[in-house]
Formats: sequence, structure tokens, C-alpha cells
Amino acid sequence: MWEYDQPMKLKVGLAEMLKGGVIMDVTTAEQAKIAEDAGACAVMALERVPADIRKEGGVARMASVKIIKEIMAAVSIPVMAKARIGHFAEAQVLESIGVDYVDESEVLTPADEEHHIHKWPFKAPFVCGARNLGEALRRIGEGAAMIRTKGEAGSGNIVEAVRHLRAITGEIRQLTTLREEELMAKAKELGAPYDLVQWVSQNGKLPVPNFSAGGIATPADASLVMQLGAEAVFVGSGIFKSSDPAKRAKAIVRATTHYNEPAVVAECCEGLGEAMPGIDVAKLEPKQLLQTRGW
Amino acid sequence: MKTQYPHIGLVAVQGDFALHGRMLDRLGVSWRLVRQVAQVEEMDGLILPGGESTTMLKFFSEEGLGPAIRRFAEQGKAVFGTCAGAILLAREVLNPPQPSLGLLDISIERNAYGRQIDSSVQQGECPELSSEPLEMVFIRAPIIRRVGDNVRVLGRAQDLPVLVEQGNILAATFHPELTEDETIHRHFLKKVEELHSSNTPERG
Repeated sequence: MWEYDQPMKLKVGLAEMLKGGVIMDVTTAEQAKIAEDAGACAVMALERVPADIRKEGGVARMASVKIIKEIMAAVSIPVMAKARIGHFAEAQVLESIGVDYVDESEVLTPADEEHHIHKWPFKAPFVCGARNLGEALRRIGEGAAMIRTKGEAGSGNIVEAVRHLRAITGEIRQLTTLREEELMAKAKELGAPYDLVQWVSQNGKLPVPNFSAGGIATPADASLVMQLGAEAVFVGSGIFKSSDPAKRAKAIVRATTHYNEPAVVAECCEGLGEAMPGIDVAKLEPKQLLQTRGW
Repeated sequence: MKTQYPHIGLVAVQGDFALHGRMLDRLGVSWRLVRQVAQVEEMDGLILPGGESTTMLKFFSEEGLGPAIRRFAEQGKAVFGTCAGAILLAREVLNPPQPSLGLLDISIERNAYGRQIDSSVQQGECPELSSEPLEMVFIRAPIIRRVGDNVRVLGRAQDLPVLVEQGNILAATFHPELTEDETIHRHFLKKVEELHSSNTPERG
């Protein structure tokens, strides 16, 4: 059955430390500082937030090394950065400058439409997006040490994050009800490695932490995904596309910790100003969806 | 009403508190998550988990958890911090300087081994607690740079102090909760027990 080796223990270890926290997208050192001051447990460095990538189009790549280094110098919390799907050279660059977590992300323009990065040889840990259990287990099979539900980045709409979280937790529950001899057929159906299917069936959870991303814009959104089983929250455009980023960042951090206390979440929701503008995901053309990148 | 003794509170602002819970489950000890000031008082011992100390500090200062934990410790009850928890307990924090509870007379430097790629699993020694070397997991860990006169060093790895104790306060710069080794948690529970019986002799 699937087992942690020692490097994997360290990679998953950092993900464990981020649980119950909020990881915020930032594009400058100044934004990183605002995020840290608001109580973010980590920041994600990228060139443009997903809402801008969506609006401006073009090829979205790894952020500039200079800016990532400025962000790393500005804050004492872990710094993550995005590499394009399959772009192992971008990932190597991020690892060599000391980025704490590499996000192989569908938000950037994929570099390889068939293969994701082979993540095991890296010393830096990887987080990858997933929409369902099969996709999550394929990424873990490639060496991802953290999964985040993809949601629909830059939409300000929580519906896809909820769909993906419910899919993964529901499929996990279903796996635990199967008999041993039914697992191979299930592995075939999921397109997932057999040893991982076996592990999840016995343990009733993913072997790595499962966070939520893609559409979280309010404290109540954070509470919702945490109650649905997310172990921490990524907020992308939701903070720096709102009218008062510092205040909203702080409110989302507080609501994530107190996610199951509605009275506290209510306090967090008060007087925040305007949330980012949202998009009806159902009205997007298939080619405008970011979540279908990668497999 | 407490049904079981001892009751360990896991300070659950953020971080790996669930792994401490898993360890306590294995040791058959009841615990609950502590997020509010009123819950602190009800506990017999507290654990400050690993995570981000800057995040936890916000809640400590803005929601009154910090003063509540300080009062708890000043009553002589046992408090155990791992990694970020050790940083929060220290008298002085370096790299960068930040406020802390100041319950343990050490100076501690954050992220002192480097970044995540410098995280490591080491074999350390805790001669008073175990004759065998212990597996110690260091994740973006701090280093204790100064140990006060009243602080005992219980564990070392690569010649650095990694497990220290001052009266009712215990702190590790590594994460025993990330391993299967129960030594450190057993030691903490023994402290909880001893302090409890010396504080409230009538309950024995």
C-alpha cells in the first residue's frame, strides 16, 4: 500500500502546519506584507491574480524571479509560487530560489497538455488542483504533497469550489464502503493508482491535506468550504480585487479559524465594503474555464 | 462537567493541532479544541501546536487568548509548545523580533535553519526521557539561541537545544506530533499529572 517516505513526510509536514489558515495570492511585496499583517499563514506569489488573467488573456507564466525574491524578503511566513502545468523547468527555478511550496496551477497557461510535472525528485513540496478523487490521486501519485480543490479561479463564485469539494469528500466516503475485491475496478474507473485507492479506502481521507481554492471571496465562503471538509483556504483574487483588502483579508482569516461559530462569522462579514465582482460560471464558454486545464 | 481527567486543551487558532489530538487519542487522553478565552480555564494542560506564529499572535492579542494562556500558566498549570508554540512561549523572539507570551526564559530565532528545502528529519537525544535516540522532524524550525539560568535542556540535536523546560512550561523546536514516538507527549502528560496533584491535593 502507499507509504510516506522521509522527504514526503517533510513536504506533508509543512502542509500540516498551514491547516486552519488562509493562503493569499499576492503580486507584490507590499501586498505580501498586507497579507501577513492580516494573519495569512502563507502567501502565493504570482504575476497577475486570476481575475486579471481572465480579463487580460495572453499567456500566464510563472511570476518574475525578482518579485518572488522581494516577496520572500518582505515576509517571514512561507512563500508559495505558481508554475505552469507540466513546466518542470519553472518548478526547478522556483525550487532553486527557495520557494517553500510550488503550485502546479491551472490558473497559468499549461506548458504540457499530456503530462504533469513528475514531482517526486523535487525537494520542494508541490500543491496541485483537483476536481474529483481520481484527479487528486493522480497528482498524489506524481508526488503532490497537498491537494486543493480547483474551483473556478478568478470567478468570485464559490459554486465550483463547492462542487469539487463535495465530489472529493463524497467519493472518499463511497470508497470506504467498498470491499477489497472491488477496489481494482474502482481504481480503473477513477483512473487512479491502485495503492492510493486502497489507502483512501482504509483511511477514509486523502493521504495528504486537502485545501480549498477557486472562488472564495467572503468570510462566509471560507466558513462554507471549511464546514464541507476543507482543511485550509486559498484566496486568490478575492482579497486584492475587493474594495478594502486589508480588512477583508483579516475577516477571512478570522472566519476560517471560527468557521463553525456563525456569530463570529457574522461579525467578520460586517462592514467589509464591496466584494470582488462575481461571474456566473454557467455563462462562461468551455474554453474560458480554468478548471478543465490539466487532467 | 468534566467527565475524564486530565483534560488537555489544544489551542486551535491554526496549525497542526489535529495531529496532537491524534497522539493524545493513542495515549487514551481526552482533549478538546480551544478557540475562546472561556475554554482555557477549563483545561488541566494546554498545547500550543505547530503552525504560523504570526497568525496565532493576531488571535492572541485581538481575541484575548494570549492573556488567558498567560493567566493559565501563572496558576502553575502545564503548557507545551511545539515549533510555533515554542516561539509563542519564548521571552525573546528574533528574525524578526515579535511579541510573545514570555513564559519561558529563552531567546529563539525563527526560521533559523532556512526555508522549507532546509527542513529535515534528525536523530536527537533526550537522555532523561529515553535511552534511545528520537526521530525529530524540523519544519522551517526555529533555533533556541539563549537558554536562561532556570531553563533545563532536556533534548539536543546536532548539538543545539531542541527540547527545554522551565517549571510548568515545556517547549520543543521539532514536531513530536508528526512522528509515532510518544516519548515527549508522555513526559508532558506526566507534568500535567504532577502539577495537578500539587495544585489541588484534595483531588489527589
